[in-house]
Amino acid sequence: MTDAIPVDPGFTPLVGAWWIVLLWLVLAFAGLALQRHPRLITHLLLPLGALGALGIALTGAAGLFAPAASLVLPIGLPDLPFHLRLDALSAFFLILLGGATFGVTVYAVGYLRHLESGPLALLSLWYHLFLAGMAMVMLADDAYAFMVAWELMALSSYFLVTTDHDRPDIRRAGFLYLLIAHVGAVSLLLCFGVLQGGGLIQAYSFDSIRAAELSPFWSSAAFLLALFGFGAKAGLVPLHVWLPEAHPAAPSPVSALMSGVMLKTAIYGLLRVSFDLIDVQASWWGILVLGLGLITALYGVIFAAVQSDMKRLLAWSSIENIGVILVGVGLTMIFHTDGKDALAALALTATLYHSINHAFFKGLLFIGTGAVLHATGTRLMGELGGVMRFMPWTAWLTLIGALAIAGLPPLNGFVSEWLLLQAFLLSPGLTQPYLNMVIPIAAASIALAAALAAYVMVKFFGVVFLGQPRDPNLKNGHEACWPQRIGMGWLALGCILLGLMPAQVIGWIAPTVQMLIGQTLHNDGGWLLLAPVDANRASYAPLIFFLVVLAVLLLTFMVVRRLYHGRIRRADPWDCGYPEQDARMQDSAEGFGQPIRQIFEAFMRVERETPDPFDRHPRYRGDSRDNIWLLCYAPIARLVAWLSDQGGRLQHGRIQWYLVYSFATLIFLLVFTR
Amino acid sequence: MTLPFHLQIVNLLAALLLLISFAMLSQRRIVGLVTLFAWQGLALAVSTGLVGWVTGQHHLYYSAGITLILKVIVMPWIFYALVKKLDVDRDVEPMINIPTTMLIGIALVIFAFNLALPISQLAGTVTRSTLGIALACVLLAFLMMITRSKAIPQVIGFLAMENGLFFAATSATYGMPLVVELGVALDVLVGVFVLGIFFFQIRETFDSLDLKHMEKLRER
Repeated sequence: MTDAIPVDPGFTPLVGAWWIVLLWLVLAFAGLALQRHPRLITHLLLPLGALGALGIALTGAAGLFAPAASLVLPIGLPDLPFHLRLDALSAFFLILLGGATFGVTVYAVGYLRHLESGPLALLSLWYHLFLAGMAMVMLADDAYAFMVAWELMALSSYFLVTTDHDRPDIRRAGFLYLLIAHVGAVSLLLCFGVLQGGGLIQAYSFDSIRAAELSPFWSSAAFLLALFGFGAKAGLVPLHVWLPEAHPAAPSPVSALMSGVMLKTAIYGLLRVSFDLIDVQASWWGILVLGLGLITALYGVIFAAVQSDMKRLLAWSSIENIGVILVGVGLTMIFHTDGKDALAALALTATLYHSINHAFFKGLLFIGTGAVLHATGTRLMGELGGVMRFMPWTAWLTLIGALAIAGLPPLNGFVSEWLLLQAFLLSPGLTQPYLNMVIPIAAASIALAAALAAYVMVKFFGVVFLGQPRDPNLKNGHEACWPQRIGMGWLALGCILLGLMPAQVIGWIAPTVQMLIGQTLHNDGGWLLLAPVDANRASYAPLIFFLVVLAVLLLTFMVVRRLYHGRIRRADPWDCGYPEQDARMQDSAEGFGQPIRQIFEAFMRVERETPDPFDRHPRYRGDSRDNIWLLCYAPIARLVAWLSDQGGRLQHGRIQWYLVYSFATLIFLLVFTR
Repeated sequence: MTLPFHLQIVNLLAALLLLISFAMLSQRRIVGLVTLFAWQGLALAVSTGLVGWVTGQHHLYYSAGITLILKVIVMPWIFYALVKKLDVDRDVEPMINIPTTMLIGIALVIFAFNLALPISQLAGTVTRSTLGIALACVLLAFLMMITRSKAIPQVIGFLAMENGLFFAATSATYGMPLVVELGVALDVLVGVFVLGIFFFQIRETFDSLDLKHMEKLRER
C-alpha cells in the first residue's frame, strides 16, 4: 500500500502534531530547569501544555478529512528512522487525546499549585513526557517508533503513579503496573516480529507489515500476541490486576489521563493491528474478543459496585467500560468476517463513540474526585457525605459525568451504548447459527452491565455528595478553585455536546470507519435524528428529547410555583420517627454494595472486620478483593520465586566455582562448535 | 624434514612457555610464581621478537618491547612490592592437590593440541605448529586460576592467560594490529593497578587475601 503521499515540506496537520509533541518534550525539560519557580511551572508550563493539547486535537480534526500523510524523522537508530503517519484512525484518537487532556491539564493548573517545587517539577516532567508518549503512539508508523513511544508512555506513567513513593502500598502498585506493562510490551514486540512475515527486517515500517503475506496460523499468532499485549495495557480480565491498584495511586489528573486516554491507546493499537496491519481473518478472533470483553465488563462493574474507595471504584468502572469497548471491537470483527460491513460499521462507530465518551466522562469523574480528595483529604467513601453543600460546582459538574457514565439520555453515554445495543439487535442474520444464538445473551449481558453501571453511579454520587457529612471535619472543606472548575466544565461540556449532537459526531467518526471497514454508518435520520441503518427500526433525537424534558420540567416548576407559592414553610413536624438522626444512620458505601456482594460472592474474597458490640465508636470495614489474584497470579509468583531460588543455588560466593563455570562453558563450546 | 634454525628456536621457546605454565601450576609460593611469570614473559618477548625478525613483520618488535617492559619488568616488580607490603608469601594451599592438577593439565594439553590441529592447517604462518601450545597455555592458566584460593595467584593466572592469548595471536596471524596490542597492554596494566587496590581493600575487610572469606557475600 503506497497511498501515503511523499513528504510535504509545507505545514501539514502531521507536521503540526509533531511540533506539539516537540513542545511537550520541551515543556517537560523546561519544568526541570525552572525547579526553583513553581509559579512558572503551574502558571506557564501547564497552560502551554493545555494549549498544546487543544492544538493536537485541532491537528487531529484537520487530519481526519485529509488524505493520510506520512513523515520520516531524522531521529532513531542509523538506517532506522522514525516514521510518522497521520491517517483517519490516528486523527480520531488524537482528537480524543487532545480533547480530554485539555480539560485535565487546565484542572491540573489548580490542582498542583499547592505542591512543593521539587515534586512539582518532576511531576511536570513526567506529565508532559506522558502526553508526548501517548501522542507518539498514535502517530507512529513503524514498529520501532511505536515501541519506543509505548515504553515512553509506560515508564513516564509509572513515575507518575509512584509520585508518592514514600508509601509502600504505592510502590507496590507501581511495581505491579510496571511488571504487567512490560510483560505486555514483550508480547507486542513479539507480535511485530511475527508480523514481519519472517522476511528480512525491513525497517519494521507498518507499510512493509501491511505488504507482508502471512499464513493463517501466523496471523492468528500475531493477533493473539497483540490481544495479550494491548489487553495488558487496557485492563482486560485477567490482566487487569494492576489497574485498580495503579490508577487510584496516581495524582487525580494523572488518574484521569490514565483511565481516560491511556487505556484508549491500547484500543487504538488493537484496532491498528487487527484491522489495518492484518485485516481480520477468522471469525473466532471476534468471538474471542467479544467473550473477553463481556467478562471484563461484568467483572469490572461488579467489583465497582462493592468498592468503598472513590478512586478505586472509578478504576473498576474503567475496566467495565474497556470491556464494553472490546465487546464493540469483537462485534465489529464478527460482522466484518461475516461480510456484513454495514453492521460492522455500526458496531465500530459505537466502539469509537464509546471510547471518546469514556475519555470525557471518566476524566471528569476522576478530576471531580480529585477536587473532593483535595478538599477533604480522604478517598474513603465511608468518611465522606454531604459534600454537595460546600462544593456545589464540583458536585453539579460531577453529576453530569455520573449521569453520562450511567447511560442516561440526553448525555453521551447513552448514545454509544444505544448504538452498541442496536448493533446487537440487528445481528440476527449472521451466517453462523451458533453465533445467532449466543449474541442475544451477550446483548443481555451488556444491558446488565449498563444497568449495574448506573447502580454504581448512584452509589458513588449518593454516598459522596448527598446526605449528611459522615465526618464533622468535612465542613471545613472548600470549593474547587477556578482552573479546576474550568477543567471540569470543559469535560462536562464535552459530555453534553457529544450527547446532544450524535449525528454530527458520527460524521466525524465516519472517516475512521471508512478507513478500517471500507464503509460508513448510514444515518437515515438527517442532522437532528440519529437512525442507524434504517429509520423505521429505531431512531433517537437527543435534542428534541432534551428540549421536551426541559419544557416539561419548566412547566411543572411553573405550575407548582404558581399553585403553591407562599405556602411552603420549613418546620420540624414529627421528624418521622427520627428525632435524633445522625450521619451514621445513612446508607454506607459498603451497605449500598451489599446486595451485589451477596449475589456475586463467589467471585470475590471478602475481608470483614465487624465491630465489638460494646464498642462505643463502632467501625465496620469490609473489603472485597479480587479472586483472580489468588487463582492466577499467586501461583505464577510462587513458581517464579521457586525458579529463581533454584537459579540462586549457582551462587556460592566462591570465585573458584564461578571460574569453573566459565571454564566448563569454554570447553563445552570448544568441543561442540568445532 | 628439518626446520630452519631460527624456527627451531621459536619452537624451543614455545616448549619453554608450556613448561613454565606447568611449573606455575605446581608452584606453591607466591614469590616463585611471580618469578615464573616474569620468565614466561621473557620467553614470550624473545619468541615474538624472533618471529618478527624471521618474517620481517617489524611491528612485532614493538609488541616484543611492550611485553618485555610490562610483563618482565613492571608487573613482576609491582607484584614483588605487593607481596612484600602485604606480607603474604606463605605456602599457598591449592584446592586440588598438585599431582591431580598436573594430570588434569596433561589432559588439557592433549585437548588443546587436538583442537588446534584444524586451525593450524588453515593458518598460513611459519609458526602455526605452536598454536596448540598457545591454547594449552591459556587453558592451563585458567586451571591455575580455578585451583588457587588466594587473590594474587589468581591475578597472575589471569595475566598468564593473557600471555597465552598473545602467543596464540602471534603464532596464528603474526600478532594483532599494533593499536589493539597497545590497547590490550594498557588494559592489562590498568587491570593490575585496580586489582592491586582491591587486594588492599580485601585484606582490610577480611584480614586475609584468602578468597574463601568472600563466600560471606552471597545472598543467603
